[in-house]
Amino acid sequence: MKPNISRRSFLKMTGGLVIAVSVTPFDYSILHAAGKKDLKSFNPNAWLHITSDNKITIYIGNSEMGQGVLTAQPMIIADELEADWKQLVIKQAPAADAFKSPILGSQITVGSASIRGFYEPLRKAGAAGRAMLIKAAAETWKVPEGECTAVLGTVKHAKTKRSLTYGQLCEKAAKLEAPKDPPLKKESEFRYIGKPMPRVDVPDKVRAKAVYGLDVNDGNVEGLKGMHYAVTAKPPAYGAKPLSFDSKAAEAVKGVVKVIQIPQGIAVCATSTDAALKGRDALKVQWDKGAVPEMDNAYIEKMMMEDLDKPGAKVQEVGDTKKALAEAAKKVEATYFVPFVAHATMEPLNCTAHVQSDRCDLWVPTQGQTGCRGVAAGITKLPPEKIHIHTTFLGCGLGRKGFADFVGETVMIAKALEKPVKLTWTREDDIKYDRFRSGMTHRIQGALDTQGQLTGWSHKTSCVSIMKPVNPKAVVNGVDAYCLWGLWDTPNSPHWNGRIQYEIPNLTIELFLADLPITVWPWRGVQNGPNAYAIECFIDELAHAAGKDPLEFRLQSLKNNKRAAGVLQTVAEKAGWGKPLPKGRGRGIAQHACFGSWVAQVVELSVDEKTGKIKVHKVVAAVDCGPVINPGPLVEQIEGAVILALSTALIEEVKFAKGGVASANFDDYPIIRMSEVPEIEVHMVKSTDKIGGIGEPGVPPLAPAVANAFFNATGVRIRRIPLTPKTVLEAMKNKA
Amino acid sequence: MISLRVNGKKFSLDVPPDTPLLWVIRDHLKLMGTKFSCGIGVCGACTVQIDGKAQRSCIVPVSDAQGKKITTIEGLPDSHPVKTAWIKEQVPQCGFCQSGVMMQVASLISETKKPDPEKIIAAMDDVLCRCGTYPRIKKGIKTAVELARKGGSRS
Repeated sequence: MKPNISRRSFLKMTGGLVIAVSVTPFDYSILHAAGKKDLKSFNPNAWLHITSDNKITIYIGNSEMGQGVLTAQPMIIADELEADWKQLVIKQAPAADAFKSPILGSQITVGSASIRGFYEPLRKAGAAGRAMLIKAAAETWKVPEGECTAVLGTVKHAKTKRSLTYGQLCEKAAKLEAPKDPPLKKESEFRYIGKPMPRVDVPDKVRAKAVYGLDVNDGNVEGLKGMHYAVTAKPPAYGAKPLSFDSKAAEAVKGVVKVIQIPQGIAVCATSTDAALKGRDALKVQWDKGAVPEMDNAYIEKMMMEDLDKPGAKVQEVGDTKKALAEAAKKVEATYFVPFVAHATMEPLNCTAHVQSDRCDLWVPTQGQTGCRGVAAGITKLPPEKIHIHTTFLGCGLGRKGFADFVGETVMIAKALEKPVKLTWTREDDIKYDRFRSGMTHRIQGALDTQGQLTGWSHKTSCVSIMKPVNPKAVVNGVDAYCLWGLWDTPNSPHWNGRIQYEIPNLTIELFLADLPITVWPWRGVQNGPNAYAIECFIDELAHAAGKDPLEFRLQSLKNNKRAAGVLQTVAEKAGWGKPLPKGRGRGIAQHACFGSWVAQVVELSVDEKTGKIKVHKVVAAVDCGPVINPGPLVEQIEGAVILALSTALIEEVKFAKGGVASANFDDYPIIRMSEVPEIEVHMVKSTDKIGGIGEPGVPPLAPAVANAFFNATGVRIRRIPLTPKTVLEAMKNKA
Repeated sequence: MISLRVNGKKFSLDVPPDTPLLWVIRDHLKLMGTKFSCGIGVCGACTVQIDGKAQRSCIVPVSDAQGKKITTIEGLPDSHPVKTAWIKEQVPQCGFCQSGVMMQVASLISETKKPDPEKIIAAMDDVLCRCGTYPRIKKGIKTAVELARKGGSRS
């Protein structure tokens, strides 16, 4: 599959039936291009284009990073269109307003929103096409529309045994009005939705034909002849400025073309990546000490723990939590720490840019086309429509590729160099200049009545603000909702159910924005992960204090929460909750809801008390995400989320030193390996509720389920992750 | 001048002898299937076969690869049991690490006809995947072994 199409070929589409989804922020409408007289001047915003060669071209505006969007979104369109899967041509779309998410208001692949945001519009786009093709056939045969049926790319008239293909009908259909509210299929009529479909991107990925951002070169993309390769030297500490560097020494390296200073650092441009790297080594930059030279892990943890002793911004107050705690039959208090973790996508950040006087082209593995456009327009001073985004395949995204710092850097270098250039962040750059998932501290106090019922919950948390550096207006009265997802969210948030699930009559939430220079950003699941960790560990502590089974205790505060209770009951049944375990093993349970989906998990593990090593044997997950589009990739997403989250529960923690990031590569920032991966079972809870997301919701329940299983196995509570052998041994020693 | 034999073709290149083989394969030969990820030989994304053995091309100086038979993912035929199995079992997610994974597997199954689970983990434990396809990789290996036994090529 070609990674993209050029804007020019996109506009050249003529003839046939073009169905568009026109998106205005938070709304959409179905259009068709033939309604506009001059197709060339019509901003097509097209999702599907049927041509007389009987091909149906579908343009996908979301980014493919392994989640299967290039397959799932076409499945929705093809089903309602009643297309033959074999006649589809699926292409990555350029940046265009039509591909902005109707719920997020931007062309961006985040928030597990590609399906939940586009399910309805894409069904309607497909159904509009089907209705128009049926009408065109009925008019051709002069028979009632009701006597015609669409089957696999053909309209049939059973009575007279006549049929016409979509290719034969498209020109005539294009002259018809697009129906405003076309009839949709019943669930029983679905041909593709809910049935396994092999992913369209897999064969090219296996055969090394898929082009990732890092693979863009003058051999596989036109117009890049004479391209250069760049790397940048960036500061070792937050806020550090260069005092001196030796550009002559760098330029003396064979292949190095130019050294360019930009605000982010010093770029070395060369005729190959290797020469650029050698040039960077030769720069020998001297840096000043930066903003907070004394910052290291101990400094960070101390500050974020001390935050919990200060009054923070009031987020939510329900009932009278103080009173509930004062009158509690039993009061429980605990403090938790979650460290900063890196995205560390296997494909490091990179971008290729060609800046010309009248246009700027970017080949980029981005999750956010609208953002890239804005950044490049700001630097080049070109209008946004002159910024052409060619979205490549992404070698994993995890949210990091939705931030366009590396894109801005590339555009600046390309502009100064006046040549096409590919910027590569080495692994060390990718980890040191990551925007991490923020670490968090939590202090929770819980109140239980004489029946062991949860009556009050006071929650204080500290987190580095995600939105403050990029959109300060999003932080209102010290409250950054992004830090709170999973615990609380703004009313009518497009992220759906990112709040505590339990029914608690007296609830107080306070937030502190930690005063640290560390750059942070959403990381698969955003703060749902760290927040769910604290909530679900604490619920387990409360259950223990109440003398109740952790499942039963959860269910008694979820009486009106059918979907949360449903996933818990399903996972308990499938995992054999309550059944005896082999000696030395422990079981833990946790649930969480985010992005419109509910997930519960049961973890089974054992602990080697001599080495402190935890062996996770099995993870069972139950998922309620409403209707399912493609079951295979759905299971893959949950498996992948479990494995990624297990990596954070057992292994990952970014190391800081001297005011900067000390971790640099996979040797000192290890991630999970095959030997550490347990058996994983995924069970679906059949649901006809509103459709939810699936990329992220598998992450949050895992870490608390591991911590709770650890307690179940050992009787020891460790209130921090990762549960490394060292941390485990220290905790076991303190117990003894 | 450095002379190299990659996927059965001979190349003569004017590159410094200490250039990592990876960058020669990618920037000079434009074979983009072999990926850069860690640059220090710990993640496996750049794995190629040198004389049939899986090697990390990011830490092999190009001068050391002279005169040897180098196979990249592009040199593995599409009918190779590993590639067939990878499509059948839908192993990749983002797919970025999979070239290296497949090259490692191709070496494993050419050396060991029927690797047991312990052998598989031992052989695959230094190949990293951030999407978490490890369970699928195991499944893929099982299928590739079956296909190879039934007579697919295993070069």
